[in-house]
Amino acid sequence: MKFVILCVSLVLLFFANLFVGSVEIPPQQVIDILFNNGDPDGPLRFIVVGSRLPQAITAALAGAALTVSGLMLQTAFRNPLAGPSILGITSGSSLGVAFVILFLGGSVSAAGYSWGGYAAILIGSFVGSIAIMGLLLLFSMWLKNDLMLLIAGIMVGYLTSSVITLLNYLSTAEGVHGYAMWGMGNFNGVALGQIPMFSIAIGAGLLLSILMVKPLNIILLGENYALNLGIRMQWVRNMLLITTGLLTSVVTAFCGPISFIGLAVPHVVRMIFRVSDHRIIIPGCILTGGVIGLICNLLCILPENIVLPLNGVTPLIGVPVIMYVIFKERFKKR
Amino acid sequence: MKHTETIKVENLTTGYRNSKGEKCVTNSLCASLYFGELTCLLGPNGAGKSTLLRTLAGFQKPLSGSITVSGKPLSDYSGRELARTISVVLTEKPLLENMDVETLVGLGRAPYTGFWGRFTPADREAIDRAIDLAGIEPLRHRMVQSLSDGERQKTMIAKAFAQETPVIFLDEPTAFLDYPSKVEIMLLLYSLAHKMNKTIFMSTHDLDMAMQLSDCIWLMDKKLGVRTGTHAELTESGDIEQYFLRPGIKFDKKDGLFKIDLAIKKQAIDNETEL
Repeated sequence: MKFVILCVSLVLLFFANLFVGSVEIPPQQVIDILFNNGDPDGPLRFIVVGSRLPQAITAALAGAALTVSGLMLQTAFRNPLAGPSILGITSGSSLGVAFVILFLGGSVSAAGYSWGGYAAILIGSFVGSIAIMGLLLLFSMWLKNDLMLLIAGIMVGYLTSSVITLLNYLSTAEGVHGYAMWGMGNFNGVALGQIPMFSIAIGAGLLLSILMVKPLNIILLGENYALNLGIRMQWVRNMLLITTGLLTSVVTAFCGPISFIGLAVPHVVRMIFRVSDHRIIIPGCILTGGVIGLICNLLCILPENIVLPLNGVTPLIGVPVIMYVIFKERFKKR
Repeated sequence: MKHTETIKVENLTTGYRNSKGEKCVTNSLCASLYFGELTCLLGPNGAGKSTLLRTLAGFQKPLSGSITVSGKPLSDYSGRELARTISVVLTEKPLLENMDVETLVGLGRAPYTGFWGRFTPADREAIDRAIDLAGIEPLRHRMVQSLSDGERQKTMIAKAFAQETPVIFLDEPTAFLDYPSKVEIMLLLYSLAHKMNKTIFMSTHDLDMAMQLSDCIWLMDKKLGVRTGTHAELTESGDIEQYFLRPGIKFDKKDGLFKIDLAIKKQAIDNETEL
């Protein structure tokens, strides 16, 4: 039942994202354009199919991807405040992107990237997050304790931020502006032509996460109990890092470092379903992540004439959820 | 009656290996655990009880010596095989949200379920049996975070039953419990060992209870090493006294239990008035 409601809201919000925008297009006309009736090459078609459609798809997929990676990290580290950004994976991506934008500042300016610029940003993000993932994998060989690994991740995050600050200081004004724009986050970074590639990468990551439901359920009990139940911890931990790394780096490369979705939405899902079973929670995260992604995008494009930066909207949803979780923990301990 | 050996330990040295070398905790231990018996591991803090349990459960490798489980070296067991042979109840308190008792007990079936962890009717039966044996039927649909310490301990023990292993290890299962709950847990484990023919090995600090309710006792101390035997044997040989007698404690040889020395009790007050 809850799944049906989520599916229906996902579809409704998806269409709401297509209907709303800075240019007013009647819903009937939007549907006509989508189903190939009328206005074959007109400007409205370009707006709907070339801009709004990929943006809505990106919002849903990115929301789902970030939520699932947040959930997996929270389960793996048995810490409700874990998330892709906290573990340093997002900062790894950011560092890679910072290198590209700030060092090649002039050629990759803020006004709209060339194809080469896009490719460079993508590569930078991948390399950055994979480097951090490699580092975390290396740490996890020595740090058998999950809490220590989490702290190591946070430290790595700080270190990359400091490097980014230095890069900013040394860069040109255009470079700084370009990086700042990317850093605000947006769902319109994926062009229609890139949607298949984006979808396949996110789909692969989500599939990997679904394949891991059983070990995820068991590691809820803690590392030693999981070992005793026949789980190969090292393997599971590596799979988790690879899956979350893939999901996070793809989203970060295209949409910027999006805050709070990965951290907060898994808690929303837990509040909705009130179970711990990942066979329910993971599909729940995919749907709810998609819904929240679409809501955030809608909030960004709703004001007339301007588009709000995504990271100005996500904390509005994220912070209350996290505050609720923290206060709940506090009252439980009393 | 000659009982059958489940776990045989020969010349076992447990401890930790790091870059600086080896740190031994227990040296050259030779002992056995038997089917249908509840064995208690007694010893002061820091004697190496947890390290021994961790080593026997396969969580860490022994520095030297051999551990044989049902006639096969422990190191030859695969993860899944071992998961069907030894189950554990640990001191760590899992932080579980939104998980009910039945689901937690069901996780004990993990070594038997397939890729998605779906239950067969046989799995469901095993879960029902485990819940019934542990006497937690009324708790079945309660959330784990709402349980008392005693209830949670029983749930973890039910998880171990659901795992259907011939051997169960428990690390201080009676710690932090009130007295009636301690007795309840000990009786539960005792009856399980005897009725279900399980090998149960637990560490504990509850001397009196261990001495009255266990079939076999392992005494452990950093200096004195490990002695094993029944309560009667260890009382007779004077080993129990040697391990636990301190100023202020008297050992009653008649029933083999420790009492507080009343003379010392009086002295304690006198000392205070002098101050």
